[in-house]
Amino acid sequence: MPDRLMIGTRIRERRVLNGMRQSDLAQRAGISPSYLNLIEHNHRRIGGKTLLKLAEALKVEPSQLTQGAEATLISGLREAAGKPRNDGPELDRTEEFAGRYPGWASLLSDLHRRTQTLERTIETLTDRLAHDPFLADSLHEVISAVTAIRATSSILVETEAIEPEWQARFHRNINEDSARLTEGAQALVRYLEAAPNTEAELTSPQDEMHAYLAARGYHLPELEREMAGPRDVARLIDAAASEGMSSPAQNLTREALLRYMEDAAALPLRAFLARVATLGLRPDRLAEATGADMARVFRRLASLPETDVGEVGLVICDASGTLTFRKPIAGFATPRMAGACALWPLYQVLSQPQVPLRLRLRQAGRGAEVIEAFAVAAQTGPAGFDRPPLMQALMLMLPDPGETGGAVRPIGVSCRICPLADCAARREPSIVAEGM
Amino acid sequence: MTKRVLVIEDEPNIIEAVSFILSRDGWEVKTHANGHDAMDAVRARAPDLIILDVMLPGKSGFDILQEIRADAVYGDTPVLMLTARGQTKDREMAERAGASQYMTKPFSNADVLAAVRALVVP
Repeated sequence: MPDRLMIGTRIRERRVLNGMRQSDLAQRAGISPSYLNLIEHNHRRIGGKTLLKLAEALKVEPSQLTQGAEATLISGLREAAGKPRNDGPELDRTEEFAGRYPGWASLLSDLHRRTQTLERTIETLTDRLAHDPFLADSLHEVISAVTAIRATSSILVETEAIEPEWQARFHRNINEDSARLTEGAQALVRYLEAAPNTEAELTSPQDEMHAYLAARGYHLPELEREMAGPRDVARLIDAAASEGMSSPAQNLTREALLRYMEDAAALPLRAFLARVATLGLRPDRLAEATGADMARVFRRLASLPETDVGEVGLVICDASGTLTFRKPIAGFATPRMAGACALWPLYQVLSQPQVPLRLRLRQAGRGAEVIEAFAVAAQTGPAGFDRPPLMQALMLMLPDPGETGGAVRPIGVSCRICPLADCAARREPSIVAEGM
Repeated sequence: MTKRVLVIEDEPNIIEAVSFILSRDGWEVKTHANGHDAMDAVRARAPDLIILDVMLPGKSGFDILQEIRADAVYGDTPVLMLTARGQTKDREMAERAGASQYMTKPFSNADVLAAVRALVVP
């Protein structure tokens, strides 16, 4: 069953529409925020009592959560329709269509989504053939072996009166290269057979890592212990592996957990929470008080339990602007595959390393809330005379502090689905118009 | 006078086969198996013809070709490039870089002999 029809997603949408924080809703429904988080991500089923309490807290009928996700269906249909065209679908009758023929409408929406996924697969696979270094290397191996065999066997057949020593030598060479060719061919076959052929396997290692962290609320008590070390990380990774996490995802997750462990060692949980209690969620003051660099404070804040500090979002990008880490916050969408919005302060700070920014942001589009964003760029690797320093930018996101935080900057999620008109940073047309 | 050829290639069995057929054809064959000091080998051997593989350890064949063409003494030496990629754009790239001729692997021995005989007219 598609995600958008599942109860958890619907609960989250409603909560965001109501401008409620996870901790508030959880409290009103009598459950813990981390349990609510699992529910919202469809990792837990809920029964009658919890459902009723959640519906009550969200001020909706329980049936609105369990059936007929009309809003999402309609936006799915609109996305499938794309830009308005003369001979295109009757956009003004979309609600009627969805209401009268929900089955057909769902099918249409699902087909569109599937088409998009397939298109992405094709792109990835085409790209892979063209740029896959393993494939290039394997082919090179095979061709080299074939070349040697061809040249050598030609000599054996065409040379009159070839000396026995040469003959023996060339026979040995052919034997050697045949073995090499066999291995090369087998490696190719294995590699190509392992190519993903179902939608489910298209999850990238990055997605797997994020799913792992999200399921744990981005907080890992195992690494908060005083004597936590790389072995604890290894243990967590082994557990993830036994649950089916792919090898590349394990590597990504291991890196993330090792960094978590270092941050936790530098800023131990209880002491840091105490500081937050006195100084508030102010990364600049926390950095000053603890002596830790701003980037570390950002990461640490994002790793604190939501029950203690509320929702804290964080995105990290590398110098190419690609998002390498995404911890979402309600009311602020972060793109998964496409590029993000160029107006984000996350990118602004890349050109001013170490100099942080603080802004209030509102993403254009439905369900967006104003959030307070902090951004800083830092060097992550040593620079040398012959290599550039590795840069990373981080953007911490907190719920809006209100007018005292300064003016609000309107920004987008990603150009294709952004309704902002007259944006100088727009790089591709949007399929959504404001007010739709 | 015996024509001298320098074969810059890292696959030992290919070197052996090519050296065999060229020496049977009357060439003095010298070989060199890596890229980063290939130019030194050119200067040391003073060949009449160079056979150069594109994929070498240490330096790409195209870079070496550039170095050869830039050399005051050996800049005009005919160069036969060997490569696994035979698309039009690779051919054009080789021509632009200054290759005298371009041959894709796997090649036939007859083709190699014909090519080298045409490149160095006695």
